[in-house]
Amino acid sequence: MPDAVGLELLAQELREADGESILDTVHFRGKGALIVKPATIRATLQRLRAKGFDALMSVHGVDYYPQEPRLGVHYEMLDMAAPDRVTVKLRVPLDDPVVESVTPDWPTADFQEREVYDMFGVIFEGHPDLRRILMPEDYEGFPQRRDFPIGGEPVLFTIDEAEGTAYTQ
Amino acid sequence: MSAHTDVTGTSGYRQMEESTTLEPVERVGGEELDRELLTLNMGPHHPATHGVLRLLVTLDGEVVRDLKPIVGYVHTGIEKTAEDKSYWKAIPVVERMDYLAYYFNAYAFCAATETLLDIEAPPRAQYLRVIHMELNRIMSHLVWLGTSALDIGAMSMFWYCFREREQINDLFEQSSGQRMHTRYIQVGGVAEDIPRGWEQKVREFTARMPERADQYRDLLANNEIVLQRLRGVCPLAESELLKLGVTGPLLRAAGNPWDLRKATPYCSYDHFDFKIPVGTEGDNWDRFGVRVAEIYESVKIIDQALDGMPEGRWITDDRKVALPPRHELATSMEALIHHFKLVTEGFRVPPGEVYFPIEGPRGEYGCFVRSDGSSKPVRVHMRDPSFVNLQAMAPMTEGSYIADLIATLAMLDPVLGGIDR
Repeated sequence: MPDAVGLELLAQELREADGESILDTVHFRGKGALIVKPATIRATLQRLRAKGFDALMSVHGVDYYPQEPRLGVHYEMLDMAAPDRVTVKLRVPLDDPVVESVTPDWPTADFQEREVYDMFGVIFEGHPDLRRILMPEDYEGFPQRRDFPIGGEPVLFTIDEAEGTAYTQ
Repeated sequence: MSAHTDVTGTSGYRQMEESTTLEPVERVGGEELDRELLTLNMGPHHPATHGVLRLLVTLDGEVVRDLKPIVGYVHTGIEKTAEDKSYWKAIPVVERMDYLAYYFNAYAFCAATETLLDIEAPPRAQYLRVIHMELNRIMSHLVWLGTSALDIGAMSMFWYCFREREQINDLFEQSSGQRMHTRYIQVGGVAEDIPRGWEQKVREFTARMPERADQYRDLLANNEIVLQRLRGVCPLAESELLKLGVTGPLLRAAGNPWDLRKATPYCSYDHFDFKIPVGTEGDNWDRFGVRVAEIYESVKIIDQALDGMPEGRWITDDRKVALPPRHELATSMEALIHHFKLVTEGFRVPPGEVYFPIEGPRGEYGCFVRSDGSSKPVRVHMRDPSFVNLQAMAPMTEGSYIADLIATLAMLDPVLGGIDR
């Protein structure tokens, strides 16, 4: 909803604060998105908060398989006064899926980051309570990844106990 | 999985689950009066948890000191399932996320897909969507009112609310063939035009509903027990709710008139004249009042939509997206080819990522859809308001009595199908 010009201006302001933070901007179907460097996510969201985007409405994960880096985390920022929205996106590789948690700034991210961890295996550093939320605590694997098979879910009847969950790996 | 990604083994999970955060409290009396903390599992099979929700409550006598919601008992992997279905076949599974808001789930998904396709539903379809969504909102609030009243001890409210809810389900049955999970909203419009006589039935319903809502309010709002259980109980300030991402009636009860239908109108909501009920204190009483007041506003929207219903098609005439009319299949080769392609492969959607937020009965339903250009979505995610709002449960109830916890959970109105997806 910032128009293409407004999005570039916003990106420029963020670049002035930290030249490396904004990697790219995407304007698609009337909505703006900022692609940020994963290491700068918390600082970037704090700067956006200072510019009025103070509500974090959604945190969700995406698997960009087969592209690299594979795992993405999206943050939907909302300015209730304007009203205006901007999406902040980052991508991390599978072998180092570490993102700084924004839960200390936005308590709403607590459950949502846990869900992204649960489903994609992205580790949120600094999250106070990072553990699985929807899947069982002893579950192995991250089911929303694109290379995780649909139908690869072992049904935990007693008779299957000996076979284990190996075939989902 | 590699050892690197496995930061929480089984033992780590249990430790985190069992850890409690206790604010120091001032004790009355000496050391000898010190009591032990009691950990109580409320649920997952508890009649007052509105589904399979488990609350790990740390109690100090009757006072709640810490609360941890544990969810996931009805996780069915709907988001994963949707990735294996073409767009029009994903609608029924997405609809089943929040099972009291199926029109909202379907609309959020279809509108996100329409944004990717860059098409717009015709005006008549938008009005039909509004009518059904507002009927759905009334239905959801009636289920909430009935079950909440049941939780705080008012048995008969349940039957009264379900009487009206059944009438709404009858209307859904007549317009779409199904009482729940109707799959009425399609990409590009709605499945069918409304049948003859349906408008009259809806008008009869909207004429009756405000009177019924008056009766509910008279029954509950002047009731001594209800007042004691709700008034001034478990308030949470607007600033706290905003930090927790809480939307919908809970936020409006705290005085913030945030409603996406007004703030960023979609689906012709700017054509209608309605008000946003807000509360002042943000306690359970305001949460109750805001939802009941919303029933009247939804009735007003439905009446206006029926009055101003545009003529024309109820689904887009873009043959690459919508099925051709049945009669053309016998005469038009082109229609037959389109029909075959749509039914077998489905329509292809241009690559892109869209997040489409709408105002549902519990807050912001935001559907994220990512397309890679094929006929199946690569990622579907629903930002479900119940899931986010549940985080406010602990700050609302800490320091209050366990009996108030039940009333607060009822006023929070979580739907576990939406939380677990």
